[in-house]
Amino acid sequence: MSIFEYNGSALVAMVGKNCFAIASDRRLGVQLQTIATDFQRISKIHDRLFLGLSGLATDAQTLYQRLLFRHKLYQLREERDMKPETFANLVSALLYEKRFGPYFCQPVIAGLGDEDKPFICTMDSIGAKELAKDFVVAGTASESLYGACESMFKEDMEPEELFETVSQALLSSVDRDCLSGWGGHVYVVTPTEVKERILKGRMD
Amino acid sequence: MGDSQYSFSLTTFSPSGKLVQIEHALTAVGSGQTSLGIKAANGVVIATEKKLPSILVDEASVQKIQCLTPNIGVVYSGMGPDFRVLVRKSRKQAEQYHRLYKEPIPVTQLVRETAAVMQEFTQSGGVRPFGVSLLVAGYDDNGPQLYQVDPSGSYFSWKASAMGKNVSNAKTFLEKRYTDDMELDDAVHTAILTLKEGFEGQISGKNIEIGIIGADKKFRVLTPAEIEDYLAEVE
Repeated sequence: MSIFEYNGSALVAMVGKNCFAIASDRRLGVQLQTIATDFQRISKIHDRLFLGLSGLATDAQTLYQRLLFRHKLYQLREERDMKPETFANLVSALLYEKRFGPYFCQPVIAGLGDEDKPFICTMDSIGAKELAKDFVVAGTASESLYGACESMFKEDMEPEELFETVSQALLSSVDRDCLSGWGGHVYVVTPTEVKERILKGRMD
Repeated sequence: MGDSQYSFSLTTFSPSGKLVQIEHALTAVGSGQTSLGIKAANGVVIATEKKLPSILVDEASVQKIQCLTPNIGVVYSGMGPDFRVLVRKSRKQAEQYHRLYKEPIPVTQLVRETAAVMQEFTQSGGVRPFGVSLLVAGYDDNGPQLYQVDPSGSYFSWKASAMGKNVSNAKTFLEKRYTDDMELDDAVHTAILTLKEGFEGQISGKNIEIGIIGADKKFRVLTPAEIEDYLAEVE
């Protein structure tokens, strides 16, 4: 079985009108056994930049710590927050450094850039960036997520409608994947506020 | 002086609390050719004398003002070879930043890293400090900026500054002439007049060098013909 499927994960980020949503499942497993139902896969880098990490949980935690470290030093030196595009380049460079012994993670980056323009991207475990204008997905449920997002996505959704769409896409996809699920964790970010919501789905 | 006993080892403080090698480095800078910089409201200008040791030297091959990135330029007073080493290191640091963040390096960050290199050479074994002071001119998202970096590694942001021979006269002249709302063209004229103050001989487009950066964020060195035009306006 693949190392990327050891812990199970599902991540999705979607662009709305001057806002974005990033959502993940909450299951942490060790192959077929579930050991936690409240696992945090999405972390805040700063108020307008969120990072989700799917794949091997230990690598996700370590990578997050390293990236947070780099961002804090950047903030101290440059006296400003990192732009999402800049952060994505940093993640890509860091992942490629480990080209021949990689982190077994697939990151999803979502943020608000200049003029509150939403930015999302994902990359593979060695840093190949994939920018998208609509949505990006990652994790063991990614194939179902691609299908669900493709059919449910509309351009320029307002935050409330975006929340509904992302939640439906996430819950329906993880229900078809035995390694992810146990609810959802959704962040909807607008220029003025961050709304964090927990979803209750099929608890299996 | 009691200090001279402590001037052999760079890494040893003298009883008066000074690092004597750095003092000597500043003296080397002070006897170098005059250079100056002026920050205008919409850009920065840096300029230097280009006195060559003989008329046989091909002056077109001598470039004292260099660009570190497309939007940051630098000039020096002091030892030319030391300057070339610093330019090389700074260019590499700027490119490394760009490779990591795909963003052009902010002027303050590049100055900070160059100053850190210069400081390293005041605290390592077997090396000597750089015999140059740099004037770094750049234009980034925080607007036009002018920094001076000394052999000790300390750096300062200036509205207008001068270094090298004749520095006190030049600074007095700049203090009188500087205004906060100066435009880039006025700043170039003021720079030429300041250089003229201490210039021995006839000033022309071939024996001074001027570099400017405006709101277009592109640093460039003026051609001798362009300098002649400015000189004519100043007469």
